[in-house]
Amino acid sequence: MATAIGLAGQVDWDVPEQTGLWKDAWVRFRRNRLAVAGLVVIVLMIVLALGARLPTAPGGLWRILHLTNEPFLQDVTNSYATPSLQHPLGTDILGRDQLSRILYGASISLTIGIVVQFLILGIGGSIGMAAGYFGGWIDNLLMRFTDIMYAFPDLLLVLVFVAAFGPSFWSIFIALGLVYWVGLARLVRGQVLSIKEKEYVEAAIMTGTSPLKLIVKHLVPNSLGPVIVTLTFGIPAAIFTEAALSFLGIGIRPPEPSWGVMIEDGYAGIFADPRQVIFPGIAVALTMLSFTFVGDGLRDALDPRMRR
Amino acid sequence: MSVTAGAPFRRGAPSFLSWIPTGRGTTLTIYIVKRLLWMIPVLFFVIVITFVLMHLAPGSPWDREGRQLSPQVVENLNIKYGLDKPLWQQFVIYVWGVIHFDFGDSLRQPGQHVSDLILVSWPYTFTLGAVTFILLVPIGIGLGVIAALRQNSLVDYTALGLATAAASTPNFVVGIFLIIIFALGMNKLTGGTFYFPTGGMPSPFNPFQVELIMPVITLGALPTAYIARLTRSSTLDTLRQDFVRTAWAKGLKARLVVVRHVLKNSLIPVVTALGPTFAFLITGSFITETLFSIPGIGRTFVSSIAARDYTVILGTTILFALLIALVNLVVDVLYVFIDPRVRLTE
Amino acid sequence: MGQTLLQIEDLHTQFFTSRGVVRAVDGVSLHIDAGETLGVVGESGCGKTITALSVLRLVPEPGKITSGRILFRGRDVTKMEDEEIRDFRGSDVAMIFQDPMTSLNPVTKVGFQIEEAMTAHNRFSASLAKTRVVELLKRVRVPAAETRVKDYPHQFSGGMRQRAMIAMGLANEPSLLIADEPTTALDVTVQAQIIQLMKQLNRELGTAMMLITHNMALVASLCQRVVVMYAGRIVEEGPVEQIFRSPQHPYTWSLLRSVPRVDEARKDRLVSIRGLPPDLTNPPPGCKFHPRCPFVVDRCRVEEPSLGEVALNQVARCWVLMRNVKEEDVAAAKASALSIEAAQKLKADAEAAAAEVDSVAGS
Repeated sequence: MATAIGLAGQVDWDVPEQTGLWKDAWVRFRRNRLAVAGLVVIVLMIVLALGARLPTAPGGLWRILHLTNEPFLQDVTNSYATPSLQHPLGTDILGRDQLSRILYGASISLTIGIVVQFLILGIGGSIGMAAGYFGGWIDNLLMRFTDIMYAFPDLLLVLVFVAAFGPSFWSIFIALGLVYWVGLARLVRGQVLSIKEKEYVEAAIMTGTSPLKLIVKHLVPNSLGPVIVTLTFGIPAAIFTEAALSFLGIGIRPPEPSWGVMIEDGYAGIFADPRQVIFPGIAVALTMLSFTFVGDGLRDALDPRMRR
Repeated sequence: MSVTAGAPFRRGAPSFLSWIPTGRGTTLTIYIVKRLLWMIPVLFFVIVITFVLMHLAPGSPWDREGRQLSPQVVENLNIKYGLDKPLWQQFVIYVWGVIHFDFGDSLRQPGQHVSDLILVSWPYTFTLGAVTFILLVPIGIGLGVIAALRQNSLVDYTALGLATAAASTPNFVVGIFLIIIFALGMNKLTGGTFYFPTGGMPSPFNPFQVELIMPVITLGALPTAYIARLTRSSTLDTLRQDFVRTAWAKGLKARLVVVRHVLKNSLIPVVTALGPTFAFLITGSFITETLFSIPGIGRTFVSSIAARDYTVILGTTILFALLIALVNLVVDVLYVFIDPRVRLTE
Repeated sequence: MGQTLLQIEDLHTQFFTSRGVVRAVDGVSLHIDAGETLGVVGESGCGKTITALSVLRLVPEPGKITSGRILFRGRDVTKMEDEEIRDFRGSDVAMIFQDPMTSLNPVTKVGFQIEEAMTAHNRFSASLAKTRVVELLKRVRVPAAETRVKDYPHQFSGGMRQRAMIAMGLANEPSLLIADEPTTALDVTVQAQIIQLMKQLNRELGTAMMLITHNMALVASLCQRVVVMYAGRIVEEGPVEQIFRSPQHPYTWSLLRSVPRVDEARKDRLVSIRGLPPDLTNPPPGCKFHPRCPFVVDRCRVEEPSLGEVALNQVARCWVLMRNVKEEDVAAAKASALSIEAAQKLKADAEAAAAEVDSVAGS
């Protein structure tokens, strides 16, 4: 910030290096060790989950490495096997390999958690923009509808949706999108409203220019940070909801090895072998924790006002 | 009508109710009446959404695992419970019943009124929820305040670490781990002489039974962590406020600065969080009661979803929505008394 | 002059931030006599507020008084025990803060906030404190004081809140009142009322006052003596009239030039101080003002001057001194001065930058 002043009347500034917002945010993010650790765990988990699905056959990579079997392959003679080289996390009641099931489950949890955020962004973003941009009765309708949505606890509404669509991966996926868009819509609506109040937008409206372009142009850079943070925190919430539904027997159904399903199965046989719930339980908790850390890190990095 | 000042979660009644006259002194009463009236349309739409979704669902309450009922039996059942009528007629009949506090009969438990089912299971859920709530609020606030006052100390890091871990561990995982450690593990360790029981809740009204310990921790871990994190950040914010510096500059004793100036302000946002906390206790009861085989409303709701017991689903959903609306109203009214800046305005 | 009330000797207050050590107060020595009014002026971020907070030992984290003595009636504030400093705050030395909108607790009644300033110390009994609250509010000209004690801060206007803050400051009849930019957050007519009030109180009660401000006009109307600070150091000190008549440090001169004066025909353009205050983690070598000084000579860039006597009771820290600057150089400096708009923009920039330093220091 040092300033050099030239001769009379001439002002010279050492303009501080224009580190972009994103570069700056990355520097701040990297300083948060927990967030970086969370990111590493997530990336690792994504790679492993992809490996479990590739190449083509379930449990593929691991089968090729001769480490584990396929997640669906049963071997009843070898149920509740203790961890070994062949089965690093042991086997379940049907002799299915636990590690490959957990990795397969990771692909389900991560897909639901991450991909559903795009659905939420689509629904919440467009409804929030419409409400903020048009205002009036559309806005009023949205806010009243939010009131009704808030009368349902999230999990309850997802349960009702999933019950309505029938238990499957896709019905959970759509139910999550239909329930969790509300917060994002309110956020985007608020951003649009505050941009609408800016003088240059008012001036544009008065001169007859369509303010829509202007708003979109200013909306994106202004709200990208908070939107990303909100969506990131949405990931562990979605992962939790899927696991909870499957655990309650209303979500993904066996033999598909979702973490929730594995915990439900393992809980049924908890007296025989507690490992059946411990490993998938740790997997869910670790994934959610990692996303929470990343979310905390992103929030601190992207929102300088919240920094500390 | 809305409540102003520093209350992000606040939602007022809609403008179409603004014709109701207001006067000084009666503002609060009128506000409460308006909010109560606004609950009627909210509950109506809750019924609409749930009703439509339930009837969209594939399958019917008469589906059985294994041997299916004969089509003739199904038809007779449909006629008996009015499911043969057009959807809109069923809806009108249902709403008419609800207005008269008649929530219909359970489809899967013949001869059982939904209201009776709720009355039987309610005490379990209430006892579990009340014990959890009474413990979680002071513990959460206490942890948050201590962590904030000792910012960056070992206490702070421990509390924050615990809270973060609890906030991102699903409650069913917490519950199962508790069972593994305190039921299975202790059973093994003590040779079966001492361990925490896992099943049920023998007496629905007794808040001091040992069977409640693990369910309460399972249900309370996450909201406690939520309250603790919120309290901590709110207290840290308040500690940096100018008026706290004023309080120090007056020469107040540290205890008075903290209680009168810091906490009196920093706990205001925590009150707002009690609404979401309550909602969480409800959804948490689905999982906790299923996990520990407690025959409360949460488990009733979950099993009725699985069994497509439409009337029970609708009845419990209405109950949950009503409770949440009432709690939010109580929190908003409480706010008026806690924060003198909040004014109920038109 | 009365006896010395407060004597600050070679005070150093530093902030230990991740970016380095911010030397917010860097070897400040000053004194205030009983009943005297001292002005401390300088731009935002020059260390005046931190000096004041050091006196009460209220420097926020991660700041610390690293060396120096602060003697109040001979007692060293920096060495006081916790209980001793607590009882000292608000009873021997009281402080009024810049922003009355945020300096009062929003959820506690105004009357009680004043009352508790008294009950914190043993000077007044609880019942006497209660009646005194009304008296104090009357003394600071709050209308309908009897009913307003039961109001909350948000029911007070900005000016009324600052009056309440002053009442709180006077509650224990302190011998020194520190006022940190007491009028900056208020609008102009209210500013005048508050200045009038403070003047009267000083006269009636004989309370010594340390007025911290960037506003030279305020100093002229309230103070007997003035200390000019720049980059954590005192650059000039002396009786107000003398300094106003013949400032010797170019910084003081620039500050004075930046005040619009009603009594002077506007033939000169206002001079604004160009550039920004220096980065206190990495101050420039030599005289800290030299990068911005219009009369800089080579020596200024390498060697820092010490405070030297330039006239009776007047000291300045400068190699050049205004009396040695040639007429045409002064004229050139004035001519090259920026337009008011540009000057205001620069000032805003400078304040934003200083605020950033403050926030870094405060975090």
